[in-house]
Formats: sequence, C-alpha cells, structure tokens
Amino acid sequence: MSTFYFIAFLSIFFSILVISAKNPVHSILYLILTFFTFTIHYILLNAQFLAIVNFIVYMGAILVLFLYTLMLINLNKESEPVKPFMVKVAGVFGGGILAVAVASSLKLIGASNPVLLQNPDLGLVKNLGKVLFNEFLLPFEVSSVLLLSAMVGAVLLATKEKEPKAA
Amino acid sequence: METTDLIFRIVLIVVIFAISLVVAMYSTYAERKVAAFFQDRIGPNRAGPWGILQPLADGGKMFLKEEIIPTNATGFLFIVGPSLAILTACIGSAVIPWGSAIAIGGHTFDLQVTDINVGVLYIFGVVSLGVYGIMIGGWASNNKYSLLGAIRAASQNISYEISMGLSIIALLMLTGTLSLKEIAEQQHGFAWNVWRQPLGFILFLVCAFAETNRSPFDLPECETELVGGYHTEYSSMKLGFYLFAEYINMFISSAVMATLYWGGYNYPGMDWVAAHVGPTIGPLIGVVVLFGKIFFSIFFFMWVRWTIPRFRYDQLMDLGWKILIPLAIANIVLTGVISTLLK
Repeated sequence: MSTFYFIAFLSIFFSILVISAKNPVHSILYLILTFFTFTIHYILLNAQFLAIVNFIVYMGAILVLFLYTLMLINLNKESEPVKPFMVKVAGVFGGGILAVAVASSLKLIGASNPVLLQNPDLGLVKNLGKVLFNEFLLPFEVSSVLLLSAMVGAVLLATKEKEPKAA
Repeated sequence: METTDLIFRIVLIVVIFAISLVVAMYSTYAERKVAAFFQDRIGPNRAGPWGILQPLADGGKMFLKEEIIPTNATGFLFIVGPSLAILTACIGSAVIPWGSAIAIGGHTFDLQVTDINVGVLYIFGVVSLGVYGIMIGGWASNNKYSLLGAIRAASQNISYEISMGLSIIALLMLTGTLSLKEIAEQQHGFAWNVWRQPLGFILFLVCAFAETNRSPFDLPECETELVGGYHTEYSSMKLGFYLFAEYINMFISSAVMATLYWGGYNYPGMDWVAAHVGPTIGPLIGVVVLFGKIFFSIFFFMWVRWTIPRFRYDQLMDLGWKILIPLAIANIVLTGVISTLLK
C-alpha cells in the first residue's frame, strides 16, 4: 500500500510538472515520466500485459512522436501566442466547474471498494486474450475497425494536396 | 534454499553484466580487426600481442579526455542522454535464457535472471526506450547536426519497430507463448524456429540492424551529411557511453535473435551429451553453444557493415514502410493459413 501511495504521489508530482514546465520539450519529458509511473501502477495491479503495452505504445511510440514534432517546431518566446484576458477568465471558470464536478462525483463513490480486483490473474496475457476474444469479441473488432478508419482518414488528409502530374 | 537462490541470482546478474561489458569492449577490437581483414590490412597490433590490449588503451583514453559541456547545451539533459542510452542497453539482458537449468551441489538453478511471462514484449519495451537516449542527447546538444541525427534516429526506430513487431507476431502464432524461456525450451535439439519462420527471421534481422543503428542503416551518425550525428558535441566518456551502448545493443540483439530463431542454447545431439557429461557440464556446453551463435551473429553484423554501403534516407523509409511491413503482414497471413491447414 505504501508503494501505491509513493507511486501515486510521483504520478501527480510529474503531471503537475508537465503543465508548469516552461519549455515544451521538458514538459514532454515529464509526461514520459508520468506514463512510466502509470506502468508501475499497472504492475502493482498485476496487469502485466497492460503495463508492458502502455510502456511500448505510449512511452515508446506516441511520446517519441510528440517529442519528434516538438523538436522540429521552433518554439521561441516571440512565437508564443498571447492569450486575451477574457480567454483566461473563461479558462478559470471552466476549470472551476470541472473541479466541482469531479469533487461531487468522488463524494458519490464513497469509500473505495476492496473487492474490486476479484480475479488477480486477469491481467496476464493468456486470461486477457481469452476474455477479449470470447466475451468482448464484437466490441474488440469494432474498435479495431475504428482505428483502421482513423488511419485511412489520416492517409487521405496527408495525400489530399497532391497535384496531378505536371505535363 | 531461498538464500542460495538469491545468492545465485545476484552472482548471475553480476556475471551477465560483466560479460556484456567485456563482449562490447572486445567487439570494438573485433570490428577493427574484421574491417582490416576485409580491406586487406593488419588492423590494431601495437598494444599487447596482436593488439588485444587495444580496448583497454581506448577505454583509458576515453576516461582521460577532457569533459566538455557546450555553453548553450541543456546541462542536465546533456548528461541524461548517454546515461539513458547505456542503461537501456544493459537492462535488456535480464530476460534472456542463457542456458537450461543447471545443477550445482544438489541445487538446480535457472540460467536466466527472471522469467516474466511477457519476456518478448519486455525486450520490445527496452528497445523502444533506447531511442530516448539518442533523442534527448541530440536535442540537448543545441546543435543542428545533432538534432537532425536525433530526429533521424527517432523516425528510423519507430518505422522499423513496426515491422519488427509484425515479424515477431508470426513467430508467436507458432510458439503460443511470450516467455523467452518457454520459446527456448520448445526448440529442443534441432527444432529451431528459423526452419519454420525463414522470412520472419530475415525481416527481424533487417529490423535489428536498423534498431541498433548499424550500417547500412547508420544514418543518425552519417558523417558525410551530419558531421557526427547525434553525438557531434560529445566528448570523453559520454561519447564512450554512446559508442559502447551501440556494441552492447548489438550483443543483446544477437542474443535475442539466437534465442528466438536459432534455438538458443539447443544444439543437435544435446540429449546424448547431457546423458554422458552430467547435469552440471551439459547446460554449460549449451551456454557455450549459445555464445558461439551470438559471436557468429556479431561477426555477421560487422561483415555487413564492411560490405554494404549506407542507404539514402528516403531509401531507408521506403524499405521500412513499403517493403518490410507488407512482407511482414504477408508472413503473418501465410503462417496462419499453413498452421491451420496442417493442424
């Protein structure tokens, strides 16, 4: 339990650093650390497959692309967008509403449910695969089609401006 | 029993760590000797007989060189880069089975640091983490050449990780497990996976060259275009770490390839040998066989480096996305169809 509190503290600590870091590249590096703490959370829950997939996909691929893009964009102080006063007020107002909503929903949940993890071996690859491909086969396949359509859409957007071959 | 197990494990970790460092050290020497052989030269022959003390001399030189941190570099990240590179290179060896269970003084020990049931994915995770060392170092140098080298490394690694993962999926369809220990056990004797997955092995091999940034895919450090690539600004032992990490990566990826495709510590006639020399010497012969395979694979890496010229960047991307990925998907379909028909 103390491990959980320590890791949870680190998660929150690094995610605060993500939004408070001045340099966007540093901010991404803190985000990588935040995702690494999530991996540890999954391992603590004995969800090995989820942990390693989070590690490979989020830390190893998606955040590398984030970093890649940010390194190519020239983010100087001069090019930083200046936010109008009204936008800041709206941001504070929206954030306050979100905080109230989260606080009230947390209150509804009440004390944590200790029997949440009924089957501790559920996260192992074999069991997870069996559950996914038996009970949740249709949603699983539908979500894969969703990802495929997103991919096709991205390719279409990228090739849209290609002009016909010049004579 | 618990304590002896623990002690054995700690000893194993230290031994594996030492072996990977020594192998990496002597790979630098071997690379120069192999290059000399291919180019009809003599190679390093001054330090000690046949120059075998050359790696020590090189290491001493690296340590004694002046440490330079450029004024405009991001100080902390400039140091994190090479540290991360060498760290990720070293932790990959934890899941590789170096031999079958060995009996010492009445106890049986596994010659593997830890057998997690997602071992193959762990290797992938470590590989995908390796690119951060290069990216962070290249960015923190605050140098255009370093940044371009780092960006090349990132795009190259991500592109080739996909086809590497797809080539592994076909293998996993046959083995039915993600544990490297079980995969090695299934290839008992001469039933190596490479006979069942020849195309998958070739795809994996090409991707391994790209992931370790070895020639012909060493574009992140292409000196004709980028001075030194991501390590242009580095000096002294920080540069040494980057170069060393490359050789350790080569060693680990050779070990992974040997375990996944070339039967690991298995060799034909191993039952006969094990029955005649006993349960202590038998697994040790297996370890020697595994290292033989690894050394041949490292030699192959060097052979290719001094034979094939470097790719152009667009050729690299074309090969990765337009040839390797479709081939890997075809391999998955083929494997699925054949294994269903033969069932």
